[in-house]
Amino acid sequence: MEMAVDIAQAVERQARRARFALLALTVLLLAAFFLAIGYGAVAIAPLQTLAILLDQLGLNILDGYEEVQKVVLLVIRLPRVLLGLLAGAALAVAGAALQGLFRNPLADPGLIGVSTGSALAAGAAIVFGGTLLGVLPGWVSNALLPFAAFVGGLATTLLVYRIASRDGRTEVATMLLAGIALNALAGAGIGLLVFVSDDQQLRDLQFWLLGGLGGVTWPSLFSAAPLILTPILLLLFFSRQLNALLLGEAEATHLGFDVERTKGTIVILAALTVGASVALTGVIGFIGLVVPHLVRLMIGPDHRTLLPASILLGAALLLLADLAARTIVLPAELPVGILTSCIGGPFFLWLLIRRRSLGMW
Amino acid sequence: MLAALNLRYHYGAKLILSDVSLLIRPGEVLAVIGPNGAGKSTLLHLLSGTIKPQSGEVSLDGRPLRQWRPVDLAKRRAVLPQTPLLNFPFRVLDVVLLGRSPFAGQAARQEDLRIAAAALHEADAVHLAERIYPTLSGGERQRVQLARVLTQVWPAACDTAGEGSGKHESLYLLLDEPTNNLDIAHQQTTLASARRLTDHGHGVLAVLHDPNLAAFYADRVCILKDGEIMAEGTPDTVITERNLEAAFGLRVTVMRHPGNGRAVMVPG
Repeated sequence: MEMAVDIAQAVERQARRARFALLALTVLLLAAFFLAIGYGAVAIAPLQTLAILLDQLGLNILDGYEEVQKVVLLVIRLPRVLLGLLAGAALAVAGAALQGLFRNPLADPGLIGVSTGSALAAGAAIVFGGTLLGVLPGWVSNALLPFAAFVGGLATTLLVYRIASRDGRTEVATMLLAGIALNALAGAGIGLLVFVSDDQQLRDLQFWLLGGLGGVTWPSLFSAAPLILTPILLLLFFSRQLNALLLGEAEATHLGFDVERTKGTIVILAALTVGASVALTGVIGFIGLVVPHLVRLMIGPDHRTLLPASILLGAALLLLADLAARTIVLPAELPVGILTSCIGGPFFLWLLIRRRSLGMW
Repeated sequence: MLAALNLRYHYGAKLILSDVSLLIRPGEVLAVIGPNGAGKSTLLHLLSGTIKPQSGEVSLDGRPLRQWRPVDLAKRRAVLPQTPLLNFPFRVLDVVLLGRSPFAGQAARQEDLRIAAAALHEADAVHLAERIYPTLSGGERQRVQLARVLTQVWPAACDTAGEGSGKHESLYLLLDEPTNNLDIAHQQTTLASARRLTDHGHGVLAVLHDPNLAAFYADRVCILKDGEIMAEGTPDTVITERNLEAAFGLRVTVMRHPGNGRAVMVPG
């Protein structure tokens, strides 16, 4: 069976390429991690970073760092970098999963209104939750923002999905238009919140609209991290379903998948991870759109590698974008959402033009 | 046996199928022909379980479809769709390997690859294996989809090496206009592939447009018109001038093929 050998070789070549890409992306993420943690007003070399982190784990193997470096790393940089890592991974993997689910490479947590829905709900929690926060115990008020953002994200996702689906088929144009309409509605809602809020609330709201990783604290990170991380990991188990869904929903049913349950689960997981990360970072656009595309260009659309590779690249890109955002206009700090939109916008336009020229719309 | 009993299906106020009963028997090719809008595709979707009838029932081996787990059903029957949507840049090989999804974690990876290679060969698509699916022509896509569904219901007994010793369950292949976009040579090879499946005791239903293909490759032919079965039986009894004229409203002449004696239809 010479033919079977050829096929086996082709599959092996593809698998090798995927393994290499995952390895390269892991290296990129590690580099981005040490760069983001080390660069700034107080410089910390990678070895010093390692020494401080090992020290925290009780392993006093390396030393040669100063106390101020330790404080900056543990109090400021580490929570910020970890948040960037989680949020980048969440946006990218949710984008990849939603693109597969909608069979549309232009789906994005932002485009279908999830991010602004989350931000609107979180904004409402800021403005109207203030009266509640005084009476609630600390852990509840910590959980209120992520929870509100999650519910807002989930509600918008389900609404868009519901509007765009008819007879078990999801209409691409309807989905994008529904997303635009809901984005506009949520935008109006946020505008209304701005109108009625006081100075402190206004500053907090501003943060949602522009998106940024600054100011994150360990308690807020700890309360949101499980909500962000768990759905990311669970989404990895849906790669075969997503591959089959690319053929169409009826075809996925014929291949033995419970399509309705799969769709519902993926939508909930994507909304959960995006909602929880938006609760801490505000709206950060285009990571969820751009990252899966870059990965597909590298290793193709197979979700078994697309999802993990998107997690790695999304995390690395957001870390690098945040690094640029906080160093590009020193001593001030650019909101990272502005930066990702500046890069993502032109990329999106290029995508539109390229797809049209390939006649693939 | 895949059996439809008294199927009735309406879409809104429009009645698509009224009281249709049909058997797909192991070892048999059943062709369904009929004019546009007669309900052929709806019948196929009902048989595959994608949509549910308002009344009546489809059963496989005597068990209603709704009692089957989707994955168990997928191991027993495959469906060739009329218009596959795939527009992501998958390689052909990966598309074909999707046909092995129901068997994930069961068969060895090498076994999946061997079956995919054999199915690609059967669909005359080996040379396309490493092409990117959305860049293929319509006919090439159709053959790749055929390879995918053959991969899903690839019978163990088809192996040249191991002749199935014990009893095996019959598999079913439902083809919705499998010859769409195909040149005349590939129309023949596609239906010949389906026929070979029946040699191993499996059942095939093919929705076809060309009565000649039905006459050549089917054991039984069924004419569907206005949501009802107008005629059913062997090709010789069903492919007649009277039936075709009644079904399609077209004057035709039915002759005998000089080689094999099968019915051949020409317009006029």
